[in-house]
Amino acid sequence: MDRFAAFKWQALFKDWHILLEGLGRTASTAGLALLLALALGVLFGVLATAPWRSGRSVSRLYVSLIQNTPLVTQVFFLYYALPHFDIMLPTPVVGVLGLGVYHGAYVTEVVRAGIQAIHRGQLEAALSQGFSYVQAMRYVILPQAAQIVLPPMTNQAVALIKNSSILAMISGGDLMFQADSWSASTGYYGPAYLTVWAIYFAICFPLAQVARRWEERVRLSRGGEVTAA
Amino acid sequence: MIEELAVLAQWHNVRFMAEGLWITLRISVLTIVFSFILGTLLGVMRYTNHWLLARVAAVYIEGFRASPLILLILLFRFTMPLKPVNSGTLAMTLFTAAIVGEIVRGGLNSVDKGQWEAARSQGFTWWQTMRYIVLPQALRKMIPPLTGQFITVVKDTSYVWVTGVQELTGKGVIILGKHGSTIQFFAIFGMIGLIYYVLCLAINRIGLWQENRMSWLTH
Repeated sequence: MDRFAAFKWQALFKDWHILLEGLGRTASTAGLALLLALALGVLFGVLATAPWRSGRSVSRLYVSLIQNTPLVTQVFFLYYALPHFDIMLPTPVVGVLGLGVYHGAYVTEVVRAGIQAIHRGQLEAALSQGFSYVQAMRYVILPQAAQIVLPPMTNQAVALIKNSSILAMISGGDLMFQADSWSASTGYYGPAYLTVWAIYFAICFPLAQVARRWEERVRLSRGGEVTAA
Repeated sequence: MIEELAVLAQWHNVRFMAEGLWITLRISVLTIVFSFILGTLLGVMRYTNHWLLARVAAVYIEGFRASPLILLILLFRFTMPLKPVNSGTLAMTLFTAAIVGEIVRGGLNSVDKGQWEAARSQGFTWWQTMRYIVLPQALRKMIPPLTGQFITVVKDTSYVWVTGVQELTGKGVIILGKHGSTIQFFAIFGMIGLIYYVLCLAINRIGLWQENRMSWLTH
């Protein structure tokens, strides 16, 4: 197992700050992309259940275009497209945009399922009391949907954190990129990749467990009928 | 503008892209077939609650699921004596098997426990009950999430480009190096996107068709 020889691990731990920088970049990218995905997801999720047909079509188009093409292709598209319009953005920003738009499509589906799980009578009651459609969504439907939506949303956050490693493909300086470039210069691939795996595991595994527990609780509290996937 | 597109449509460019599509398809099919086999095994293992089998499956599933796919592809590329396309396919298979394992377990859990008791009381062994009674019913419940996961497999093949394997996206990026005007850029990426879109839609259709075909199982 000389691919994992002790001196290689020592070399890695001497350069630990390189991985720490990468982790910081991963955290900031994933955090901002999550905010963008939430904003897009709520917007298109509400549109998907709106009484206007054009709104529903736009939402369906967004979801189907984004969900049926790879994230890698979308990010490369953005990466190469922006300069054609004389827009020069730093690669991490390209990453945030790509990840946000991609996961926004999945969040849209989560939000739509959450809204549809709320009984239609709630909306009718709110409208009959003089709420506008937007007010009814804002004050009656969405707060109730939030509880149902929390577990699948957490799963989306986990997927987004893992997918932020896409930055490594456009030299975005994230955790994966830092490990990759460190091991390319030293040749010590084994220790670097295993350490990065351990870091991702330490973040993603607990989050996934929390999501699973919430999911169970929501199912129990709603009589076992909810499937907001 | 027409000339720029005509240059792109030359036979050697079309063949170049077709080679990429072929690699994408091959990685996808191998990954889908082998991850389905391994994933079913893992799902059944975890479902049994056997003190050893279930734990081995759980460690495998959680270990692979928590990792970014790109990390596994790179790890296998640089620590295994395989060609990049093979180490990439292996990484994708092992990763997808973990997710399929969870889907299978969920499907098995959704089958009523009474089915077990009924089959066992009729003299079926544990294995026969699993093989002929429980798994077929679970399979129908599993088809929608499996369809989604197999669509993800086709999309995820593009990650293998990180090791220099020239699949569809990789070929597109390479062609872009020679033919990079704005109109050519949009034509290339539009074409690639369309191909992925059609592939994903086809899998979706197959999934719906299978689900319909198996509807008698749960009626």
